[in-house]
Amino acid sequence: MSLSPDLRLDFPALDQLVGGKPLVYLDNGATTHKPRSVIDALARYYERDNSNVHRGLHALSMRATDGFEAARARTARFINAAHSAEIVFTRGTTESVNLVAQSWGNANLRPGDVILTTEMEHHSNLVPWQELARRTGATLRYVPVVGADAEHGLDLEALDRLLTPQVKLFAFTHLSNTLGVLNDAAALCAKARAVGALTLIDAAQSIGHEPMDVQALGCDFLAFSGHKMAGPTGIGVLYGKRALLDAMPPYQTGGGMVVSVTYEGATWKPSPERFEAGTPNIADAIGLSAAFDYLDALGRPAISAHDHALAQHACAALSELPGIRVLGPKPGQPRGGLVSFAFAEAHAHDVVTFADQDGIALRGGHHCNQPLMRKLGLPSTTRASFYVYNNEAEIELLVKSMRRILKFFAG
Amino acid sequence: MSDLSDLYQSVILDHNKRPRNRGKPPTANRVATGDNPSCGDNCTVYLHLDPDGRIDAIGFEGSGCAISQASTSLMTTQVKGKTPAEAEALFNEFKTIVTTGQAPEEISDLAAFAGVHAFPARIKCATLGWHATLEALKQPPSA
Ligand SMILES: Cc1ncc(COP(=O)(O)O)c(C=O)c1O
Repeated sequence: MSLSPDLRLDFPALDQLVGGKPLVYLDNGATTHKPRSVIDALARYYERDNSNVHRGLHALSMRATDGFEAARARTARFINAAHSAEIVFTRGTTESVNLVAQSWGNANLRPGDVILTTEMEHHSNLVPWQELARRTGATLRYVPVVGADAEHGLDLEALDRLLTPQVKLFAFTHLSNTLGVLNDAAALCAKARAVGALTLIDAAQSIGHEPMDVQALGCDFLAFSGHKMAGPTGIGVLYGKRALLDAMPPYQTGGGMVVSVTYEGATWKPSPERFEAGTPNIADAIGLSAAFDYLDALGRPAISAHDHALAQHACAALSELPGIRVLGPKPGQPRGGLVSFAFAEAHAHDVVTFADQDGIALRGGHHCNQPLMRKLGLPSTTRASFYVYNNEAEIELLVKSMRRILKFFAG
Repeated sequence: MSDLSDLYQSVILDHNKRPRNRGKPPTANRVATGDNPSCGDNCTVYLHLDPDGRIDAIGFEGSGCAISQASTSLMTTQVKGKTPAEAEALFNEFKTIVTTGQAPEEISDLAAFAGVHAFPARIKCATLGWHATLEALKQPPSA
């Protein structure tokens, strides 16, 4: 089963000219476009059901509550969580990671404990752990990446050495937003479990591209954002195993998460409400649910195959260009749906500005990955990241545009 | 394409390829670094003032795009011999050029950056080295 080229028509924003050229949107790692069905779900909610949840007894409030809780159940189904109560709605990956760091981390870590992460993490799955280590006196360690262009991914031998019984949490990315390295998350979780460490998977880049089954992966926590998987901005998910969530203290406090309040204190609801203080992002949770429906209708194995094939093609074609460094896996080695690269002759900003003139949207910079870029000796790279609506012809345009840039700066 | 050749004028490409005053001058005793946190570019400017308070040595290090490298290189050639007040006045004129695209008659090479105004995201690239220089001028001299 492959994806139909017609699905491009489902995305209204793709139908536009940029600088007189048809838009070639290759910045999906930053955020994807939204299909009509998601936009309609948002509009329908505001036009018909808009109300607050869990408190009103009137018809609209009941419809809003039903829609919001159905979105939670739909999320559980999308990632094969055992219970809806394991799904906490957040603003996105960043907030999900911070929730675990603040709530679980503050309550459970002390000096001598180790938090293990990797050298390929996005700042969102790195800075919260640095701060947690600082607050609690725990030690933060990093699994190194190997290869001059990090083409060999994580150093698994080093991982075995680093996974000691002192490790309380191993937090790692499923798919690196800079390298395109797709980690074997199930194997990493199994190794961590063997020393009694909990695991947190940053699924920000993988959720919209790869089949996702938290029970098969065996993770304790999983974090992702709606906007990188055809859903709205401002909504994300923290999955946590039920027993863990129920033992964790609140992250924020206020309305909606309490059972009873006196002037002396308060008691908390169980998860997930315990972690959703205040009026939640009802509309975007419902929009997210529509995005799950859209992706499942396409078929997730087909999405994964499509995005991987485009990235392979782009990696191979770009690798032919003079003076280029392609980060992460070499052509032919497995990689997720993105490629980042740097030219000796042209800086990423100049590349992105040039490509924009050709209607091609790319990302240039450090991709919220400053320590990794420093390690690789690169101030910045250019990234092309693919999604369901991209096609081979767009990769040809990308390569053509890159050739033009090189000619310009070499001339 | 005309837009891009407006942005990447030959003066800019030349300064990008052959930056002037790269490196730390031996006499330099003031330094400041400018960062562009959204993209990771950085620029360190070193300079020295003569007894009359005029810049008599200036150099820079760092990495960045063609616009930031060329702008910093050109800036070092333009502020040499100027007092801090004159350098600041020149920067104000430069800012007008890159934000409006209008260059006064008497301004020479700096006018090459007029094309930047059509690319608002790149204005901070063009001003990175200037900011570092003005900052360095405010620093107390090291011994
Ligand atoms: C791997 C990874 N983790 C975390 C994030 C942060 O996601 P958000 O900004 O939606 O919280 C991103 C987004 O770029 C990412 O690529």
